[in-house]
Amino acid sequence: MKITLTVNGERRETEAWGGESLLYVLRERLDLPGSKNACEQGECGSCSVLLDGTLVCSCLVLGAQADGHEVTTVEGLADGDRLHKVQEAYVQAGAVQCGFCTPGLVVATVDLLESNPSPSDDEIREALSGNLCRCTGYAKIFDAVRQAAAS
Amino acid sequence: MSTVAATPTVGRVGDSVLRLDGPPKVKGEFAYSSDLQAAGMLWGHTLRSPYPHARIVEIDISQALTMAGIHAVLTHEDVPGARTYGLEFPDQPVLASDRVRYYGEPVALVAAEHPEQARRAAAAIRVVYEELPVVSDMERATEMEPLHEGRPTAGHGYRDDPRPNVVRHMVIRHGDPEIEGEVTVSGVYDVGIQDQAFLGPESGLAVPDGEGGVDIYVATQWLHVDRDQVAPCLGLEPEQVRIHLAGVGGAFGGREDLSMQLHGALLALHTSRPIKIVYNREESFVGHIHRHPARMWCEHRATRDGRLVNVRMRILLDGGAYASSSTAVASNAASFAVGPYRVDNALIEATAVYTNNPPCGAMRGFGAVQTCFAAEAQMDLLAAALDIDPIELRLLNALGPGDTLPTGQVVDGSCPVAETIRAAAAIPIPAAEALPRDPIRLPGGAGNTTRGEGVQRGVGFAVGFKNICYSEGFDDSCAARVVLHADGSAEVHCAAAEVGQGVVGVILQVARTELGIDAVTLMPHTTATVGSAGSASASRMTWMAAGAVQDACRAALEERERTGSAEVDVERVHRHPRTTPLDPETGQITGERAHVALACSAMRVVAEVDVELGLTRVVWIGTAQDVGRAINPLALEGQIEGGTAQGLGLAVMEEIQTRDGRITNASFTDYLIPTTLDMPPVESVLIEVPEPSAPYGAKGVGEPPTVVAAAAVVSAMRAATGKPLTRIPVRPDEIVGL
Repeated sequence: MKITLTVNGERRETEAWGGESLLYVLRERLDLPGSKNACEQGECGSCSVLLDGTLVCSCLVLGAQADGHEVTTVEGLADGDRLHKVQEAYVQAGAVQCGFCTPGLVVATVDLLESNPSPSDDEIREALSGNLCRCTGYAKIFDAVRQAAAS
Repeated sequence: MSTVAATPTVGRVGDSVLRLDGPPKVKGEFAYSSDLQAAGMLWGHTLRSPYPHARIVEIDISQALTMAGIHAVLTHEDVPGARTYGLEFPDQPVLASDRVRYYGEPVALVAAEHPEQARRAAAAIRVVYEELPVVSDMERATEMEPLHEGRPTAGHGYRDDPRPNVVRHMVIRHGDPEIEGEVTVSGVYDVGIQDQAFLGPESGLAVPDGEGGVDIYVATQWLHVDRDQVAPCLGLEPEQVRIHLAGVGGAFGGREDLSMQLHGALLALHTSRPIKIVYNREESFVGHIHRHPARMWCEHRATRDGRLVNVRMRILLDGGAYASSSTAVASNAASFAVGPYRVDNALIEATAVYTNNPPCGAMRGFGAVQTCFAAEAQMDLLAAALDIDPIELRLLNALGPGDTLPTGQVVDGSCPVAETIRAAAAIPIPAAEALPRDPIRLPGGAGNTTRGEGVQRGVGFAVGFKNICYSEGFDDSCAARVVLHADGSAEVHCAAAEVGQGVVGVILQVARTELGIDAVTLMPHTTATVGSAGSASASRMTWMAAGAVQDACRAALEERERTGSAEVDVERVHRHPRTTPLDPETGQITGERAHVALACSAMRVVAEVDVELGLTRVVWIGTAQDVGRAINPLALEGQIEGGTAQGLGLAVMEEIQTRDGRITNASFTDYLIPTTLDMPPVESVLIEVPEPSAPYGAKGVGEPPTVVAAAAVVSAMRAATGKPLTRIPVRPDEIVGL
């Protein structure tokens, strides 16, 4: 089947098999591997993207469901070499180790700060509790979110 | 909590330096092994055994071969070289031929144009199995039928033990192991199977080179040993197999053993097409080794004033179906069983056995995690029996330079155990928070519908230590190559695997420090241009890579000085002080040392436990760690915080569950790791007493936090509940007393 969607502001068209997730379509069909495939069942948040502005796990959305819709992935946040303030904060705070969870966390943080520009520590914990990280113990991720909120 | 204000991306040894791979990782541009593509690429998939132990009667691939998009279906008959491989002992079939020994053992391979076609074709392979009795109880393994013909680990200098299914049996006899004390405490402790649960599942791309060889781009921890396992099974020379490090999504020991390397290469050579294999989460859980589950019988004898007199421990480790690194894990468990304490008499026995349970091998802490949990519980018991403050008891017995380990090795390097304990104990504990409060800060979080009536608070403490670098005579080395260019810049080649820990930064900091320039580039990690770096494991990579790069930089500068040439290219191999094996009968050193250096961590934990609901919230952690010297304090803090999280997970939630050898929770829905709601603030203090034999005095830092954290968390839970809690992960049933 043919899918047409807007990804990071650009209209894209691709062939896909009906059983493919949006995550697979992004990664394997549209050459956007930034969204990560860590669990593929909605438990880890590594594949988080914004679908029409709503935070979703792209592994739980069929590619076909995104037909005609707008998707923002981690690749769509920076302005060339100029990082989004959330991306900059993750780098500066040392919140990145292996980095496999990072794209999902960055997208989830952008979503959080969009709706709540000055989150409390508890609100940060709750908002990011669907994003697993195995390397950092989250401390520097909290630092990054606080820094991004303050900047 | 961050205590470091970091900004530079270029720095020297001792500076907090930002990661070079930070910007590409936050932009989604960093190429992980699962992101790779190649023209004409096919997808590989592995058919795995649904039985933990069975005879293979027949494999019929005929239907699978006819399916749409299928380019190859391979079985054991298609393995051109050696039929078995292994990290230390070649006891594991490339593909099972007549027998499967664990749930998930690879049986056949498929290459297809779409991953779903590959999965469907694998499901269409008809394998006739005849189930065999399952060896699932490690305590009975040595009385059951042997799972392997011959004894794969015999003849390697270990203690001779003819019982079936013994991977390694070792005994450490120190002083007079029969001597009595004035006070004795004893206990039996259990540790469940923990998984590395790295976020990036096993994956990679194998590309045939058109001349019979293959290039493998993969997330791994030790490129050269991957090559040395892969090449013989493909019937190729080592030079024909080139392993290139692709982006690694975490490792923690779980990428020491092969995953897709061999299978991808077989399919690539068979189809003459690039092959991509990406495990899904379920396959990752069944497809890699885990932390050994353990049962430990312990008896601590002491004087009435609290001095340890004799420690007796029997340790049983379930290695699962194949040896992996079980022999070394058993040695580590035994060598560090007592903890960082002085004791003149000890009898430590450790046995690793084969079973049909999931294979176990390396995971962060490597044997010392299990014994730290048991030994520290014993120290708390002893403190209670003697009515001595638990921290004072530990200080009274703290190991230091000049003391002798149970293996007879004299501690001759940096070993600031007492200083580390004092520093951790001095970090102020936060005041208890009043009730009622927002349920997000109750044990169980928002799911706790009470007003906190059952919440009890406890403070715990633990100390742990382990070795840095490989041990027991392993000829451990790391190569680095430095090229100085006429324009004043330099390039460094080193195959040290960057697995997220930050070794890339360490290499650049060292090169910039030694060469006195900023214009240093680290070239791709590959087996093609530089010698082995050894594995990113055993808390050795910082030490070994720093040593190799330091040696190569100094040699390059000397070479330029001597020859006057503008372009210089030198490679150097760094070795740490040599070790020798332990005596197989007594477990005593046969030379100066069996272990290179020691690193210690002390941790204080505040936990709240809802004793009516069986739920736990770790409120706060304060820790001090003996690091030798901090090369990059920011990265080091990250290692402490992340390592602590993995120990916390083991204490309260993480366990691979099995039923008759079958894994029943191979998903992140059912295997839980700590989330943002589970992790408390971690305050860390670095104790810097340089290690004399290490480059810059720096010890490895990755493992000690994981070694100590589970013990410290459960210590706090015991203080909160008054329950013995002898098993990790602690289950709610054990808290409420069901």
